[in-house]
Amino acid sequence: MSTHDNIALSVRGAGKFYGDRCNYCRNENNPLNNNICPYCRTVFAVDDVSFDLYKGEILGIVGESGSGKSTLMKMLYFDQERSAGEYYITGYAEGVPNVFTLSSQHRREIQNEILGMVYQNPVYGLKMDFSSMSNIAEKLIAAGSRNVGEMTAAGDHFLDKVNIPLDRKFEPPENFSGGMQQRVQIAKALSNYPPILLLDEVTTGLDVSVQADVLELIKEIQRELGISMIVVSHDLAIIRMLCDRTMVMLNGSVAEAGITDQILEDPKHHYTQQLVYSIL
Amino acid sequence: MLSVQNISKSFTIHHLKQTRTAIGGVSLHVDKGGFLGIVGKSGSGKSTILKSIYGTYKPDAGAIMYDSQEHGTVNILDISDYDLIRLRRTEIGYVSQFLKVMPRTTSLELVTQSLLEMGEPQEIALDKAKDALRHYDIPESLWNNYPNTFSGGEKLRLNIARATVKAPRLLLLDEPTASLDYDSKLKVREAISKLKANGTTLIGIFHDLDFMEGLCDHVYDMNEKAQQVI
Repeated sequence: MSTHDNIALSVRGAGKFYGDRCNYCRNENNPLNNNICPYCRTVFAVDDVSFDLYKGEILGIVGESGSGKSTLMKMLYFDQERSAGEYYITGYAEGVPNVFTLSSQHRREIQNEILGMVYQNPVYGLKMDFSSMSNIAEKLIAAGSRNVGEMTAAGDHFLDKVNIPLDRKFEPPENFSGGMQQRVQIAKALSNYPPILLLDEVTTGLDVSVQADVLELIKEIQRELGISMIVVSHDLAIIRMLCDRTMVMLNGSVAEAGITDQILEDPKHHYTQQLVYSIL
Repeated sequence: MLSVQNISKSFTIHHLKQTRTAIGGVSLHVDKGGFLGIVGKSGSGKSTILKSIYGTYKPDAGAIMYDSQEHGTVNILDISDYDLIRLRRTEIGYVSQFLKVMPRTTSLELVTQSLLEMGEPQEIALDKAKDALRHYDIPESLWNNYPNTFSGGEKLRLNIARATVKAPRLLLLDEPTASLDYDSKLKVREAISKLKANGTTLIGIFHDLDFMEGLCDHVYDMNEKAQQVI
């Protein structure tokens, strides 16, 4: 049965607001104009989102542009301050503290040791003019590693795993194609074996064969390393292939959530239906 | 083993402002080791019943009681997503009419993966997968090939191999013999007969139920909404 033991992270009532909020929109019962307050124009980018991520599962998040998917991911990785809500990570201090409220030092510790993040645009995840190997070493040093031999071994291991030819490991990612950059970014995120990996639109903009490479890689590392993952994508075919469960976001809120085949074959929310019935 | 109690399911399509009732008031049951066939016209809701049992569809009313190994008797409609995913990995198999797979996954990898998901160690999983492929006459030359390149019959046999290799306690078969030639149908029949002999409980949709004669012990007729012993 589902208990605390099999949960990797929990989020309760997470919110991210841009604006000061007024008396009108502080009252949850008042309707918003999509996700914008009609009076004070506060934007509710993420509004009251709650979910659990189980250990070893891949959770998909789908939704149109502007639905708050990326903002949520950035909040989970502490790239953005949250405005409201709670966030518990089982692998950190027994899952007791609300990690949203920790000091920046402790958050960095979580970033370095527990979370891995792969951004849609490799520019955010990599230092483009450092060698690929140095990029990985940077992550490992942040995670506390000081042994050069071990770091190079880890670098070789993960670059090889993501099929970067090892004779190019000292080249900077700026010399690489978009697909290769994305794979270096995944290697970097994996290099300290984070128990939780966040992937934000990692296959967007890649051609289908490279896409298939990246998907295979994600599936493989999930199987081999048992990493829990959150995958944001607007490609439902990818969600179908990868994810055990799926959450559909609309205007900053969760429109619908469930097991992936339930969402794709029996969508209930009008927005999910619109998405699913639009698949070519 | 499984008791479907008065389930009904309708689909509302908001965009078209339409609601369609797929099934209403369906009750059926199957005992451990039994084999129930479901017959009826296209569109009568046969697949809806199977998908409801598998948890893909959530019926609007009723209950689906399943005697699970791990949790005792559970209502499939009430259990958590987590538990349902676990049941699917370890106890309940589903063979659809179509094979949907990751691109560029070979047939051997595909069958091995479904065992790894259950927690089998790599080597045992690989051996079992090879046995299953052999059993369903998938030639060795295809083991390291992509299922997308297979013929319809090979795909279907692979699909059955993938579901049965886990030795599920309950196996749901959605027209496993449709579009197969006679020889392939015989192989499916033989496979089902072996599963049954091993104690697997089966529910299947068949257009040609005659073909399952001697195997199927109950039949549910969508037309009469009633279950009969054969």
